[in-house]
Amino acid sequence: MPAPKPVPPKKADPARLYRAVRRIRRVEEEVARIYPSDKIKSPVHLSIGQEGIAVGVCDPLEPRDAVSGTYRGHATYLAKGGNLNAMMAELFGKDTGCARGKGGSMHLVDMKANVLGCSAVVGTTVPVAAGFAMAQKMRKTGAVVACFLGDGASEEGCFPETLNFAALHKLPVIFVCENNGFAIHEPLAKRWATDKLCERVRTYGIPAVRFADSDTVKIRDHIAKALPAMRKGGGPIFLECMTWRWREHVGPGEDYDAGFRSKADLAKWQKKDPVVVLAKKLDKKVKAAIDAEIEAELAAAVQFAETSPWPDAKELYSDVFA
Amino acid sequence: MSSRKKLPPPPLTWPGRMEDGRRVLRYVDALSEAVALEMTRDEKVFLFGLDVDDHKSIQGSTRGLLERFGKDRVFTTPLSEDAMTGVAIGAAMAGMRPIHVHIRMDFLMLCMNQIVNIASKARYMYGGQVKVPMVVRSIIGKSWGQGAQHSQALHSLFMHLPGMKVAAPSNAHDAKGCTIAAIRDDNPVLMMEHRLLYPTEAVVNEGAYVVPPGRSRVCRFGRDVTIVGVSNMVVEALRAAELLSEAGVSAEVIDPIWLAPLDTDTIIESARRTRKVLIADNGWLNCGASAEIAARLAEALAGEGPIQIKRVGFAPTPCPPSPELENAFYPNPGTIAAAAYALAKPDAPAWAPDPAATKLAYQLQFKGPF
Repeated sequence: MPAPKPVPPKKADPARLYRAVRRIRRVEEEVARIYPSDKIKSPVHLSIGQEGIAVGVCDPLEPRDAVSGTYRGHATYLAKGGNLNAMMAELFGKDTGCARGKGGSMHLVDMKANVLGCSAVVGTTVPVAAGFAMAQKMRKTGAVVACFLGDGASEEGCFPETLNFAALHKLPVIFVCENNGFAIHEPLAKRWATDKLCERVRTYGIPAVRFADSDTVKIRDHIAKALPAMRKGGGPIFLECMTWRWREHVGPGEDYDAGFRSKADLAKWQKKDPVVVLAKKLDKKVKAAIDAEIEAELAAAVQFAETSPWPDAKELYSDVFA
Repeated sequence: MSSRKKLPPPPLTWPGRMEDGRRVLRYVDALSEAVALEMTRDEKVFLFGLDVDDHKSIQGSTRGLLERFGKDRVFTTPLSEDAMTGVAIGAAMAGMRPIHVHIRMDFLMLCMNQIVNIASKARYMYGGQVKVPMVVRSIIGKSWGQGAQHSQALHSLFMHLPGMKVAAPSNAHDAKGCTIAAIRDDNPVLMMEHRLLYPTEAVVNEGAYVVPPGRSRVCRFGRDVTIVGVSNMVVEALRAAELLSEAGVSAEVIDPIWLAPLDTDTIIESARRTRKVLIADNGWLNCGASAEIAARLAEALAGEGPIQIKRVGFAPTPCPPSPELENAFYPNPGTIAAAAYALAKPDAPAWAPDPAATKLAYQLQFKGPF
């Protein structure tokens, strides 16, 4: 795959968007396929079904912009240009992994691509992203930070604390709530007094929009439109992107037999599958070429991870301190 | 038209007081001087936290910084310690060097998730791709009814974490040198200051200097017993050593200065000679700094013959505000001296100094409410 263009196109490019969502989908399907072999000894939280949000948000971003992801962060990492080989090697626990085998699936990081480290403690990255954004403001870089969080993170104390601070200081943060309706297995109805997240956020003076279908192009256009003002000190924005986690909370499988959610809902969301929706916009030959490229890249990444060396035992003690 | 004159910025270094041709400065002024020097040297350094920019300026320890460096580099925060710690971490990851200030150490409990789960681990967990050069300044309160939640010394919680550094300066010289070292360090550093030490004076050099992590100081040489003091207990141990001297016991007093990384070599070297060690911690004993020092001594020296170790610290209770109860809660030069005497002279009758001689000026002169 060619290197991503430094400056993103002004208008949504269906081929570019399709390539990005399809690539993430195939990477995670491959992770799920490999998983039973126990070669990946890392708790994987797959974002299958949710890829369109990460891609829509990251597509208009420039290399100088940063993203902050969650433990369900494969999509965010890849959408912002995180190195695929290093991600796969990290899942395998290899020395060539993005965190050199010391992070795993939940702590992907690629500072060269401005992918801030992901965290396994829900909500923890939200203020860290704001701090990274504050540094951009202090240094007048014009860069923004897209901060991804789940609906569960909105319940943590640091979330409203960060919203208040980011609004007060007009920090360049794009807050993106990927609302998949479940915190592990607990539905919103058992956790939220009111389903009015955007209303709550607006009380801080932050423009907030809910995307009921989380259409990739609509999200992409929303971000692209917001960016110029944000780069000039306009302050944060908030997106609540409704979505559906197709697979189980953690692991490669599904969880519909557990009874807490239904396959009918899955089917409803699969009709909005960003991979299918975007594929329809493409010429068949174009799509086939992209698919072939992705398969080749993915096979190479798995090969890279498989053949990479394990970290030396002495690496246990490196990088405790800088 | 405004007729206001623009005031000149406050001095970069405080004049202090001259004594024998050397400048003597208060602990509290040494703290702000250290930050002023570093903020001048490195524009990436900034200072924030609730009340850092108000008229009381964190009990004087941030005095003059707002006027000199402006509100973009010296600013208050909402009461959101959890998120503000995350903000400091994020800014540090982006290359800034934040100093996050807490007027009481107790408030750090609101920061624990960020400190434990991100700050101390980020370097490692992200494979060396980031560093977190942040300083967390915290102050222990004591007396004038500080009570259970304004008096805690929780250094051992932070000593427990790989990736964290912890400094506990006991005097103005070290307060400045540790602060500068902390700001220049590429890792998260917790500064544990002591409110009662703020007015205490020491000779403090005018320029920038560091008191580097991992180096203890022998404050007083002695033959019979080694006393290790933590934070203000160094001051109390030095007074105890004077009283012990009058009773015929020669006490060596060691200030670890940095609790993580902890320079145990200096303590072990002393203990190897005296074979008797008293650890006086300004904190609880259970799983505390004193327990760590004792364990390291035992591991290092147990095979070399008998060694006796004794610890004094907070009573195993929350801190009460009533002066009578509070006096019993803390170690003091009298209890330290008595414990050291018993170690040094196990066969002699128990001895304790005259209580009137154990009072220390820095405690007696302190007036509330802060």
